[in-house]
Amino acid sequence: MSVLELDAVVGGYGDTQILHGVSMKVDPGEIVVIIGPNGAGKSTAMKAVFGLLNLSDGKVSLDGEDITNMPPEQVVRHGVCYVPQTSNIFPSLTVEENLEMGAFVREDDFRPRLLELYEVFPPLAEKRKQAAGTLSGGQRQMVAMAKAMMLEPKILLLDEPTAGLSPKYRGEIFSIVKTVNATGTPILMVEQNAKQALKIANRGYVLVDGKNKYQGSGQDLLDDPEVAEMFLGGGAAA
Amino acid sequence: MIEFLNFYLIPGLVLGSIYALGAIGITLTFSILRFANFAHGETMLLGVYITWSLVQFSGLHPLVVLPVAAMLTVLAVLVIDRAFYKPFRTSPTIMVVIASFGMMLMVRSVVQFFWGVQLKGMTPGIQRPMVFFDSLRISPKHVTIIGATLVLMLAVHYLLSRTKIGKAMRAMSDSPELAKLTGIDTEKVIRMTWIVGGALATAAGVFLAIDTHIDTNMGFKMLLPMFAAAILGGIGRPFGAVAGGLIIGVVEEISSYPWIGTEPLLNPGYKAGVAFAIMIAMLLWRPSGLFKGKVF
Amino acid sequence: MDQFYGIFLYVISLLTMGGIYAILALGLNIQWGFTGLFNAGIAGFFAIGAYVSALLTTAPSLRHLGGYELPYIVSFAVAMAVSGIIAWGVGKVCLKLRADYLAIATIGIAEIFRLILKNETWATNGPRGVSMIPKPFESLPEPWNQLAFLGLILATVVAIYFLLETARRSPWGRVMTAIRENEKSAMAAGKDIEKFRMEAFVVGCMLMALAGAFIAHYLKFIGPNATDPMTSTFLVWVMLVVGGSANNKGAILGAFLMWAIWSASEILTSRLPDELAIRTAYIRIFLIGLALQIFLQKFPKGIFPEVRPKPERREVVTESNASR
Repeated sequence: MSVLELDAVVGGYGDTQILHGVSMKVDPGEIVVIIGPNGAGKSTAMKAVFGLLNLSDGKVSLDGEDITNMPPEQVVRHGVCYVPQTSNIFPSLTVEENLEMGAFVREDDFRPRLLELYEVFPPLAEKRKQAAGTLSGGQRQMVAMAKAMMLEPKILLLDEPTAGLSPKYRGEIFSIVKTVNATGTPILMVEQNAKQALKIANRGYVLVDGKNKYQGSGQDLLDDPEVAEMFLGGGAAA
Repeated sequence: MIEFLNFYLIPGLVLGSIYALGAIGITLTFSILRFANFAHGETMLLGVYITWSLVQFSGLHPLVVLPVAAMLTVLAVLVIDRAFYKPFRTSPTIMVVIASFGMMLMVRSVVQFFWGVQLKGMTPGIQRPMVFFDSLRISPKHVTIIGATLVLMLAVHYLLSRTKIGKAMRAMSDSPELAKLTGIDTEKVIRMTWIVGGALATAAGVFLAIDTHIDTNMGFKMLLPMFAAAILGGIGRPFGAVAGGLIIGVVEEISSYPWIGTEPLLNPGYKAGVAFAIMIAMLLWRPSGLFKGKVF
Repeated sequence: MDQFYGIFLYVISLLTMGGIYAILALGLNIQWGFTGLFNAGIAGFFAIGAYVSALLTTAPSLRHLGGYELPYIVSFAVAMAVSGIIAWGVGKVCLKLRADYLAIATIGIAEIFRLILKNETWATNGPRGVSMIPKPFESLPEPWNQLAFLGLILATVVAIYFLLETARRSPWGRVMTAIRENEKSAMAAGKDIEKFRMEAFVVGCMLMALAGAFIAHYLKFIGPNATDPMTSTFLVWVMLVVGGSANNKGAILGAFLMWAIWSASEILTSRLPDELAIRTAYIRIFLIGLALQIFLQKFPKGIFPEVRPKPERREVVTESNASR
């Protein structure tokens, strides 16, 4: 059974409809990437999972359970963690406090998990007492991901984790994504840097105008001449 | 010089402590619930009158009944939040500002209805000041007020930096949206904000009542200095609000000291304008306040 | 017959006061209804208008500044200008920030002005206020003087209404709506938001001063209590919210309606025994506050909801069709 499944999801904000029937799924252990042109509804599709927009039709299910239109605070409790593209950390809290907040819904002791994550993200251990807002872009992104991982989620949603980062950091983030995934957490990720993202992805979806256009394994999409021409362009698509 | 200490600086610090306690509530609501709470002065007013009634009823000292009065006031504030502010959680925040503006008059009219508008005293009799070094005179009530304020501030500091809910308050003040996405129980955080703000407002009001007297305008009169203190310290910075409160209290008092010649520098009738002037100056040159608060 | 005449005079006074409040509500409507600016210091701008016009028209007096005996047209113009200039100053400080700051600052301005009225007794006669203010048409016989004054007020309300309606339908009005609804896209369209807000704020405050001037001449007396935040500021807010924000008809209707309720309830409570009468006065305030809360929550559009100027609506419709 898929961890997460979107079935012909239709919806948007207010009167403006953005998704016109999007379907996708994430299986256990996978990294799945959503790519497509600007305004195709990539981030919106992800927000649809997280209850951040009104779905007028279709279904979202988590481990077979229907979570369509469930409010975000409930979705978190069901084991989905979402890292938004911007303002994804609490800048005035220290690194450790950020991670502690990530564990807010946990009733048990979160300390062991904290230590585990410090091993995955060594720079964070070093700066645990520092205000997260003072870190570099790449390190902030680490805080955001580690914070989301505190809950040991069933699935992690990443909205353009490399947006605005220099190429050096981009590579680092992708390798962190792989590390996190290696611990067993499936990941659904929206990416502008389609080529790099598809390289680490098990599968990918190409969205255009709020609909599925292509789908396949990461390698298939990379090899598909049509996809390559339209969306992979010179590598780092704008 | 000694006259300056006795009649200007110490009263300024006392008044400043009172502003500081009130301003913490203002700055927390402004940064966590994201609105300027116009009813905060009236929360203070309600707390004072509840305390007064408890004192009349029990014959105990105001500071002894203060915890009970604070609890009752907090209860009232939570009911107000539930009935009048919560329906606007997802609306533009200006709607809550209007609602709080309406609450300001509703709470005051309730107080005026039940307790009347005559002046009242919190503690009977005049206390003899303690004298140090032959001439430095501090009245015991001033010592009590400053001491109790320090204790309350330490408690606030502990709450915000050591407890989970306190950290969540800071997190939500950083970003309410992210707090929600993170799974933080934002309603719980909001409740805690009202509890802290309401309790501190009650304390501030009672201290003011101990220092001066009780009347139904005292809440409204406190509103501007409290806002000024919160803005001066930086919105979302509780200790900035404390610093802001102390600065404004002291400046208000020493503004009427005869710095030049023998006349007060500023006609004492305009004391209440000092806070406003400081606030406007901050909004003009540094809206983020002294301690880099938020600007909306 | 006497009783009938008494009722007749009461209705005239009701309509006169309602009309003056309608001017205030229209002023607030420009600020809040059309532009989304929160003015919590209506009382202050109202008092500025009242005092300026009163001091410029009264006969010489030892108690306060004055003796200029200027014609009304001049005193009204100066009253509005002074209010406008102060509004400009406040706007300069606050309009780039969120509405909350303007609310705090305007409440502050009203307080400062009250302090000045109380302290500068040489100019304002302090708490005792300014009396013997001349009143237009007062040389006419009763009730024609009252009727003529009412006529002046109503004519002013109608004139302001048509001016505002014209402005609302103009491109200027549509930019205002755009700013209120979506600041970012309006900014992206290259509109100087602060300038537009400033215009709305200043014009609104000038209307409030005009209403203040009218009330000073109507009552022939003005004291610092006129700046009590309750009576003017709060009532005007309730009037606008109940009548319908962003609808000029709603503002006018709300003003007359709420003033009638306010005034009638005062008559009712004043018949109660003294002690009770004083206390029930607070119940009235409480109830009017509750009315505001109920309208905000349950009927946020008020009695007359906002009507958008036609052309804009058509654009919106075609746009969303296209996107589908």
